[in-house]
Amino acid sequence: MNRFFAVVFLIVASTAPLHAAVEVQEVTSPGGIKAWLVEEHSIPFVALELRFRGGSALDAPGKRGAINLMTGLLEEGAAGLNAQEFSQAREELATSFSYRVHDDTLSISARFLTENRAAAVDLLRTSIMSPTFTQTAIDRVRGQVLSGIRGDLTDPSSIAGKNFDAMVWGDHPYGSDRSGTEASVNGLTRDDILDAYDRVFGLDRIYVSAVGDISADELGALMDVLLGDLPESGAPSVARAAYKLTGGVTVIPFDTPQSVALFGHKGITRDDPDFMPAYILNEVFGGGGFESRLMQEVREKRGLTYGIGTYLAPMEYGELILGQVRSDNSRMAESIDVIRAEWAKIASTGLTAKELEDAKTFLTGAYALRFDGNAPIARIMVGMQMTGLPVDYLRTRNDQVNAVTLEQINRVAARIYQPEELHFVVVGQPDGLESSN
Amino acid sequence: MRRLITLLIFLPVLTLPARAAEITSFSLKNGMDVVVLEDHRAPVVSHMVWYRVGAADEPAGKSGIAHFLEHLLFKGTDDMDAGEFSATVARNGGSDNAFTSWDYTAYFQRIAADRLDLMMRMEADRMRDLQMTEDDVRTERDVVLEERGQRVDSDPGSLFSEQMRAAQYLNHPYSIPIIGWRHEMEQLSRDDAFSFYQRYYAPNNAILIVAGDVYPDDVRRLAVKHYGPLLPTPDLPDRMRPQEPPQLSERRLSYSDPRVAQPYITRSYLAPERDSGDQAEAAKLEMLAALLGGSGATSVLGQKLQFGSKQAIYTTAFYGGTSLDDTTFGLVMVPTPDVSLADAEAALDQAIAEFMDEGVDSEQFARIKMQLRASRIYGEDNIESLARRYGAALTSGLTIADIEAWPDILQSVSEQDVMDAAKAIFDRSKAVTGWVMPPKVKDAAQ
Repeated sequence: MNRFFAVVFLIVASTAPLHAAVEVQEVTSPGGIKAWLVEEHSIPFVALELRFRGGSALDAPGKRGAINLMTGLLEEGAAGLNAQEFSQAREELATSFSYRVHDDTLSISARFLTENRAAAVDLLRTSIMSPTFTQTAIDRVRGQVLSGIRGDLTDPSSIAGKNFDAMVWGDHPYGSDRSGTEASVNGLTRDDILDAYDRVFGLDRIYVSAVGDISADELGALMDVLLGDLPESGAPSVARAAYKLTGGVTVIPFDTPQSVALFGHKGITRDDPDFMPAYILNEVFGGGGFESRLMQEVREKRGLTYGIGTYLAPMEYGELILGQVRSDNSRMAESIDVIRAEWAKIASTGLTAKELEDAKTFLTGAYALRFDGNAPIARIMVGMQMTGLPVDYLRTRNDQVNAVTLEQINRVAARIYQPEELHFVVVGQPDGLESSN
Repeated sequence: MRRLITLLIFLPVLTLPARAAEITSFSLKNGMDVVVLEDHRAPVVSHMVWYRVGAADEPAGKSGIAHFLEHLLFKGTDDMDAGEFSATVARNGGSDNAFTSWDYTAYFQRIAADRLDLMMRMEADRMRDLQMTEDDVRTERDVVLEERGQRVDSDPGSLFSEQMRAAQYLNHPYSIPIIGWRHEMEQLSRDDAFSFYQRYYAPNNAILIVAGDVYPDDVRRLAVKHYGPLLPTPDLPDRMRPQEPPQLSERRLSYSDPRVAQPYITRSYLAPERDSGDQAEAAKLEMLAALLGGSGATSVLGQKLQFGSKQAIYTTAFYGGTSLDDTTFGLVMVPTPDVSLADAEAALDQAIAEFMDEGVDSEQFARIKMQLRASRIYGEDNIESLARRYGAALTSGLTIADIEAWPDILQSVSEQDVMDAAKAIFDRSKAVTGWVMPPKVKDAAQ
């Protein structure tokens, strides 16, 4: 059969102590849907990952929360099955489907056994192609969403996040919670849900990957059955978000013994040529693990927190460098002083040669540890497709890490860390801290 | 009861092959047990050491010492500086961490398989040769207090869970929180940590689990080299904790906190755990929890309270069978905004009463068994979580034979078994019922 373009790459990381031997095939279905596939026949199941570019940011004006609520309804009844019957069918097949929406993506993760794959795919198809969105289901899931929204109102982390987003992004969808507000969610009608469905689903925005006990031919046929009848396109993308925040501190009083601080400023786009140096910088500064500067300075040396971390957030329409820390109310001011000092230090002096070397050995060695199961590999591959990375990034990525020089690092450190722009949103009763301006 | 109907329903029950990762076990001369789980798909290894000691083994008045010591294990030894352990793992492209429960404390690294020798050398070093300065202890005590602030004090649900456990266990130390009561944590000293360490951190109290791209002979050679020379703790006593007396009196708690946005009720019952060679009662309760609360759309509580009467936003049932001593079985109901906690509790009681009358839905029961069979296939995809299940079971008094028998024991549970277990477990004299609400709700528990 010559129906597929099946390009096979053998991926071997060349410089790492560990070799990620993931053999990726690029598959195109007879109907023209593309996917990345890793065949892994030792366990009789498949992990399938679908992602639609454009998530809750595509909410219609005044309908905040519609896409989130719609996503929650996909498994609540489809094609003649009510919610309970749909769940029963899923359990009989021992398959699992999960539906999640973020600002920029709607993702569907499925896993199914080889022995009943066709039946599982048929069931998954009904939830994507013909969800019924009955009023009963809408009202029940609306109740769950409203419960979550009310819970966020008294959760310090959520309060910090919502306020930070609103100050950074203003009226752009990024500036408000994707769940919506009690008022907006209460106002949503069935028509709004149908409109939300039309906005996110379309063949022009889908990314697919599969890992497991399935061949390229079988995956091609599966995709045409599952997705072939989707509409050509969804809603157009929204405008880029303007960054509106300036440096300072915002204290939001909340009665709790431990304050939460969210901090950051404008970041760097994923396709920026400086992204890799920025990624390494963040790893050393506040990335995962105990070795980061912020973990050492704030936790290990001073015991000011249980955990502190920073990350780059390159989103579709805007980008941030963000961090979070929690400290007792009596000690939050000290934590913030330490973070500010570290921010200024990395901006002015960058990294040491040893820090860069240690980060390279960690990042290149740890890369292969991510490929530890069918579902994680499927998620990585769909993420790479959305980011526009080629298949052979799996092979070149560690070389790209190793190619970064100290000069690049220190130039990029001065570019991306802007101590005067750093803004802290603190929720709690922090001693000795007041909002600036 | 609906048992007769069983015979008349034809279900597409699929026969799945019983599969399992390749497992090998042996012991070193100094008493250290070793388990190897092979998975050669990727050149990665998880190296874990599990100690048969946890929060329920702490001296009275020293709550939190097991967990605090877990943090201090990342300080120095005679051969390594403070922080050097994790820094070395990171420099080799790996990640490491640790966790503490009531029955165990475990340390693990995930790393390239060819670094196993180095991991064992460092882990063996800190099993017997830990050193910590007063300064390390003071700073790290602040860290665990901040951890308590984050995990517990900032979360009314966690605060209330502590109160529930304290009421559930009248005598057994499962009543204390793993992280410790704050007033006792503040007093934990270097001496407290050190005497706990010297007694319990020893090869004859430890289980080594290596999972991933390794072969048993290589693991044995490295284990003999690194762990073999370590001296056991002599006369390590059996793990005899104070046991529960007969529980004769129902307990009811209510908790108000302005940070509670969503009121809920929860009830826990003292329950038998999985015992070595005797897991049948636990298997019945596991199946009962799945039937009552396994899935919102198909479980008994979900069908009756979320879909039927529409009085609940969320319901669940839980059971923690892997435990050294008596465990708990529990129910949770989050009512819709117009339903009071009193009405919610009455509805929950009514749902259980109806279940006791109606019996097990055979189709639902068959679906649960199908999912359990499939979970063995899906479970093979994550060798690390399989290794964790082994560690938790082996430190909770079970053997490898018990772990391997468990799936078949679950499959052999009958509908009548489940109803018998339900009759035995729903005994209010062994139960704690809790109401969690914001201060303005006036109808407190009676």
